[in-house]
Parts: sequence; structure tokens; C-alpha cells
Amino acid sequence: MKRSTRIMLSIMLIIIVYIFVFFAEKYMDPFIKRILNTGFIYVILAVSLNLINGFTGQFSLGHAGFMAIGAYTSALLYMSPESKLSNFFMEPLISPLDKIHIPFFWALLIGGLMSALMGFIVGAPSLRVRGDYLAIVTYGFSEIIRSLFNNLQNITNGPLGLKGLPTYTNLWWTVSWAIVTIIVIRRIVDSSYGRALKAIRDDEVAAENLGINLFKHKVLAFVVGAFFAGIAGGLLGSLLMTIDPNSFSILFTYQIITIILLGGLGNITGSVIVAIGFAFLMEALRFVEMPMKIFGITIPGILGMRMLIFSILLMITILFFRQGLFGQREFTWEGFFRLFTKRKVSQ
Amino acid sequence: MDWSLFLQHMVNAISLGFVFGLVAVGYALVYGVVKLVNFAHGDVFMMAAYFMFYTSLIFGAPWLSAVILGIVLTSLLGVGIEKVAYKPLRKYPRINSLVSSIGMSFLLQNFAVVVFGGIQRSFPVPEPMKKTIVLGEVRIQAVSIYTIIFSIIVVLILTFILQKTKTGLAMRILSRDFDTARLMGINVNRTISFTFALGSGLAAVSAVFWALRYPQIFPFMGQYPGSRAFIAAVVGGIGSLKGALIGGFVLGLLTVLIPAMFPEYSGYREAFIFLLLVLVLIFKPNGLFGQEVGEKA
Repeated sequence: MKRSTRIMLSIMLIIIVYIFVFFAEKYMDPFIKRILNTGFIYVILAVSLNLINGFTGQFSLGHAGFMAIGAYTSALLYMSPESKLSNFFMEPLISPLDKIHIPFFWALLIGGLMSALMGFIVGAPSLRVRGDYLAIVTYGFSEIIRSLFNNLQNITNGPLGLKGLPTYTNLWWTVSWAIVTIIVIRRIVDSSYGRALKAIRDDEVAAENLGINLFKHKVLAFVVGAFFAGIAGGLLGSLLMTIDPNSFSILFTYQIITIILLGGLGNITGSVIVAIGFAFLMEALRFVEMPMKIFGITIPGILGMRMLIFSILLMITILFFRQGLFGQREFTWEGFFRLFTKRKVSQ
Repeated sequence: MDWSLFLQHMVNAISLGFVFGLVAVGYALVYGVVKLVNFAHGDVFMMAAYFMFYTSLIFGAPWLSAVILGIVLTSLLGVGIEKVAYKPLRKYPRINSLVSSIGMSFLLQNFAVVVFGGIQRSFPVPEPMKKTIVLGEVRIQAVSIYTIIFSIIVVLILTFILQKTKTGLAMRILSRDFDTARLMGINVNRTISFTFALGSGLAAVSAVFWALRYPQIFPFMGQYPGSRAFIAAVVGGIGSLKGALIGGFVLGLLTVLIPAMFPEYSGYREAFIFLLLVLVLIFKPNGLFGQEVGEKA
């Protein structure tokens, strides 16, 4: 298949997605829309973490920290000065943040860039520590961010968090950013950078001996991954309308890791499908916590059951689906058409 | 700060340091032998507290027997967790076991929420532990003294097991090389099970002292001491028992002295402690007191 054909097909797919978004925004139930928005935010998070963990093999536990930076930076930029004033009653917000009010898009972008800067800082030590030690370092960074946000009362409003965030996030935003994330990361992965990243994942010493600049590539993965995590954080803040430091705990990172493990490390298609499925599953599992009536007998809802089932699913994935549900099978147009034509395609 | 206040802070720091150290020792033991960053250690610790709580509640058992039963049950739990969550992944990259331990930690917490309920319960503290000894102007809780004495005894027993017994020797060989150990005729599975039994038993012992100090138990109580153990073990030199104890001690000092000396920065205590962790890992990956163990990959 020619490259131009593939691009045309991809553009058509994107147009179809936007037609769907157009009708979904108009007619869809707000509850389903909310789940879809969450799902697409998970897509951004999972694909970006997959670049660091799956393609580069740098096991990072810092995604929640990157999200927090993006969420707070953008919220402080797009919230109106009046709404900020009503939030900060313990200590006033420092100047000039209290007067700034910029459009959502630019606020998101700056949030992403701040997060990317943090990605650079976190990525730098990845040269010195490896494997599970890097996991601990990134976990440490994420906890430091949370601790700072809990205490910088005059910037983040401390543990009280920010409330009454304007809801800009809708499917147009989340779908567009998800598409941008997928395209950018797919482009990186398919380029010579991507081959270098995979070489680092497979054998760091050999990669270095081949002349691959370890620092440059590892930091690239962290910076790009953190940028999109920051964007996702900004989108999530505006979707939930409230943020506080403790909602960006390590638990959130675990959820994203679950998604990429289920989808397959280093598999973008898997991450996308599982991320949306995950958003629906987490909602569906809410029913187990509600009281049920079966044959006239009322079974009381058990609190915490949802997370217990989730953690059992996580363990099953880790133990039995080590390649994820999709393994290394990526979505390609050739593969897509092969589903319909029974002809044998020569490799 | 006057002299007696300083002494009081030091006493608090030392006793807290020993509690952290004791949790860290169990964690470092497992790490040393199996090279597993066991995120679930804190949650095994939490389960131990619940075992003791329920055995003393259900059987109305005397306090000491509830504790012993709790330690035994926790050891069994530790062995079970290893069999289910870590053994199948042993021949895969270490990152798989790391993720598995995260999942296990999560599973235990949520299991506890569902089975034991999410509310806080108060842990029964026997009378002799509630006493406070007053020396001049310094007040020392009886629990602190017991903690220090028992920590030292526990570490001595552990050192004896590791240095003088056959199983201890097997554990030390295992910490170097699994394959060679197998060639030497060491039963790897049994030794690892023993290591987990020992490590979880230690978690249970530290849970006793923790729960006596802070007599509130709840499903997420393991997170804080768990992360402390992990930092203490890394700071002290991961895999080294003495290092873990010293690391715990350093953490105890920081936890007590930062708010005491710089009250305006007390909120940043967590950030300081995690910063210490990150800096140690970056500049001295073998810990402050650990020996060179080669590439950390």
C-alpha cells in the first residue's frame, strides 16, 4: 500500500471520528459523554507513559506528578480572577497569577510545557539509575511534587485544592489531544529516534556502543511523555471541575500502568483500546457497590468492592497476560484490510 | 531550644527511628535475597495488625499469644504472596515482579477495605506499655524502651540466622547468584519461602510496635511505614540489615527534628525526606552504608 493511500485513509478515519464527536456532543447522554471524556484523557496518559515505559524501557512511576503540574499550571492560568479570589481565602494567591486569565488552549499548552520541563529534570537522573531504582526515583519525584503542592498555600491553595474550575473540557478537546498524542508519538516511534529508543530498551550497553546518545534519547522520552501527561492533567482538571494534590497520588499512576500493561508494553493500539475500555469498566464496576435485589433478596452494596475487583484484574493481567491483551500487534491499514480480503498477503 | 527539650526530641527521634528501622529490616531482608522491591511490605504489615486485632478479639486470647499467632499468620501470608505473585515471574525481567508487588499492595489494601471495613479501629494496648517514665524533664514512653530493646534483639537473632545457620548461608548465596546456588544443591524455592516468612514475620513484629505507638489500625495504615521502610533501606544501603536500621534512625531524626527546629518548614518534611531518597539514589546508589554490589540494573 502506498504511503499517500495510508495517509488518506488515516485522514478519513479522523474525519469519521470528528463526525461522531459532532453528534455525540449534540445528542449523547451527559453521563456517557463524561465517561468518554475520561476515556480519551486515559488514552493521552497511557500513550504518553507507554513512550517512556514501553518503548524506552525506563520504568517511570512519575506520571501522576506530571499530571499534577499540568493540571495546576493550566488551572491557575484559565481560571477567572474572581473565581481564584473565592478559592484562596486562607492566603491570597501570589501576584501576578491572581490577575492572569488566558484562553484554555494556551493555558493547557503552558501546563504541558511546565510538565515537560519537569520531565527534563526527572529524566536527567535516568542516566545514573536504572530499572527498579529509576522507578523509585520517579516515585520520589512524584511524591515531592505532591508534598510541595500540599504546602505552597499561596500558589496551589494547599490541601484544599482548587474548586469551581470552569468546564471547558469536552469531546472536541479530549479527542483532538488524543489524536495529536497518538500521531506525535507514533511519528517518534517510527522514526530513527524510535529505533534508538527501542534499542535502549532492549540493550542499553549495546545501544550506547552503537553510538546512540543515551542521555538525549532518554530525556526526549521523558520530556515528550511529561508534556502530554501535563496536557491530560489540564483536561482532567477542567473535566472534574476540582483538583487537589491528593487526587494525583501514586494510585493514578498505577491505573495508567495497568492500562499499558493490559494493552501491551510498547503497543499504542493496545493502550488506546484498553484506555477507553478501562474508563467504561471503572464505571460499570460501580454497580457492585450498589445494593442489588435478586429474587426478592436485597444484597447490600459492599464498599470498596470496585477497587478490589480492579486490583484482582490487575494481578491477573500481571500474572497471566505478560504480553498484554494485544501483544505487539499494532493497528495498520494493511492489517485492517486483510481482515476483509481472504487473499494471502506475501510478507 | 533548651537542653532538656533537645534531649526530649532526641529520645523521640531515636525511638521512632527504631520503629522505622525495624520495618526497614524486614524489607531489606527480602530485597537482599530476592532483589525484589517489595511495595507490598507495608500492606503485609497492615495485615499483621489486623490479624492481631482479630485474634485478640475473637478468641479473647491473651495479648502475647495474639501477637505470636499474628506473627505466624503473617509469615504464612508472606509465603503465600510469594508463591502466587512473585514465583511465576521469577524468570522474567525484575520490572515484572516490581509491578506485581505494586498490584499486590493494591490488592491487600482493597481486600482489607472490603473484609475489615474502611473505618479506623483502636488497637488494644496492654497496661504496662502505657506507662511513661520521667527522667528529669525528659519523658520516655515504655513502648519506646521495649521497641529499642526488641529491635536490637531481633537484629541480633537475624544476624545469627544469616551468619551461623545453614539456611542463612543458603540465603546469602542466593543473594549472589540463583543459578549457582541451584548448582550447589540449594533448594531455591524453600530458601525463598523461608526468606519471605522471615521478612513478613519481621513486618508483623514491627506492626506490633507501630500499633502500640499509634494505636489506630485501618486498611491504608501500611502506606506510611511502608514507604518509610523503603526509603530507610535505600538510604542505609539496600540489602544491608545494619544499613536499614541506620537508615531508619536517620529518618526518625529527620521526621522529629525538622518540625522541631524549623517549624515554619514542617509541612515540607515529606518533600525533604523524598528529596533525600532521590539524592542518595542518584549520587550514592549503594546507600550511605552499603557496600559495592556492582551494577544496579
